[in-house]
Amino acid sequence: MKIYDGGKILLGLIVFVGLAAFPFLYNAGKAAAKPDPKTDTPVIQEMAEKKCVEPKEFMRAGHMQMLNNWRDSVVRDGMRVYVSNTGSRHDMSLQNTCMNCHSNKKKFCDECHNYMAVKPYCWDCHIAPKEKES
Amino acid sequence: MSINRREFIRIAGISTILGLGGSVIADKLGAASEVLPNEKALKGKHWGMAIDVGKLKTDADYRKCIDACHDIHNVPDIGNPKEEVKWIWTESYEHTFPGLESKFMSESVEHKPFMVLCNHCENPACARVCPTKATYKRNDGLVMQDMHRCIGCRFCMAACPFGARSFNWRDPRPFIKKEKENKEYPTRMKGVVEKCTFCFERLAKGLKPACVEASGGAIVFGDLEDPDSEIREVLRTRYTLRRKAELGTGPSIYYVIGGGEHA
Repeated sequence: MKIYDGGKILLGLIVFVGLAAFPFLYNAGKAAAKPDPKTDTPVIQEMAEKKCVEPKEFMRAGHMQMLNNWRDSVVRDGMRVYVSNTGSRHDMSLQNTCMNCHSNKKKFCDECHNYMAVKPYCWDCHIAPKEKES
Repeated sequence: MSINRREFIRIAGISTILGLGGSVIADKLGAASEVLPNEKALKGKHWGMAIDVGKLKTDADYRKCIDACHDIHNVPDIGNPKEEVKWIWTESYEHTFPGLESKFMSESVEHKPFMVLCNHCENPACARVCPTKATYKRNDGLVMQDMHRCIGCRFCMAACPFGARSFNWRDPRPFIKKEKENKEYPTRMKGVVEKCTFCFERLAKGLKPACVEASGGAIVFGDLEDPDSEIREVLRTRYTLRRKAELGTGPSIYYVIGGGEHA
């Protein structure tokens, strides 16, 4: 069997496979740095008991559902106060409550979001706290 | 094992009752965290405004109200009238009350600017056409705009007879002055429609809308359903107009027209 222009086709295939596989080969064996979110903001440092509105494990796994529920109850139902499982009361506001403590958006939010390649559109409208460029 | 019909119905009935009861108990257990309204929030059944046009005299009076609103809500100043974003602004008599012009009119009315904003209609055309329910009527009569749901179709802008809605043709952030930016209120993004929200975020804290506060008594805000409210007292004693009331949308903004020092 004869392949017309076989040399060119094979060369082209090799170049294509090489290019397509390059990102995988280039990064093979190198683990991306594990995200390391920080909670060392001035407001949190001053808290006697360093606690979020709900336990850390719940917040880590479910903050996105919680923020969605908060948004709906504030904007749609006019409910603005969150009473947590431990009975503490909080004003439901991403911009004014969450970010008041977690004023380090880059090290707290973006750290994991970038690692997981999720792009929440909160900050298209909500104003992020001011941070030093690093 | 065989089962007759009587037996089957009994088991089905018992399990239904148990199931219903069980779900109630489960709800009770799951409701350890709850959401409540702010106790300080102003309560009303139908918020409305009466704007005393006689009390707004100079340009500075209007500017105060407009700036108070636009600064608090991070409304951008784009400069180009085609892309203008506005929540509250001034309009000439014939644009405010079309059809009510006369050939010979009181000069004080004819050349006066009128403060206009979203009318928070009783029967809002914008809410009716919104395909995502981004704009909707709340139980307190306020026509709300949920920026999270707006898809920017602009049906509401076509429907609104008052031109109270603005579209964000571009990202508004660069047009909000950094030193004026209110860090407690969000901005908007490109591609959403915005309008006056009767300061729903201030009502929830027990404060009256920003323009009412800045007007120094020229704008009266209150519950139209409450016969003892200040606004109803104004409407009882003064002659008022509403914008394009003949369209049947039921505007909640009243304009107190003409003199009335003794009223």
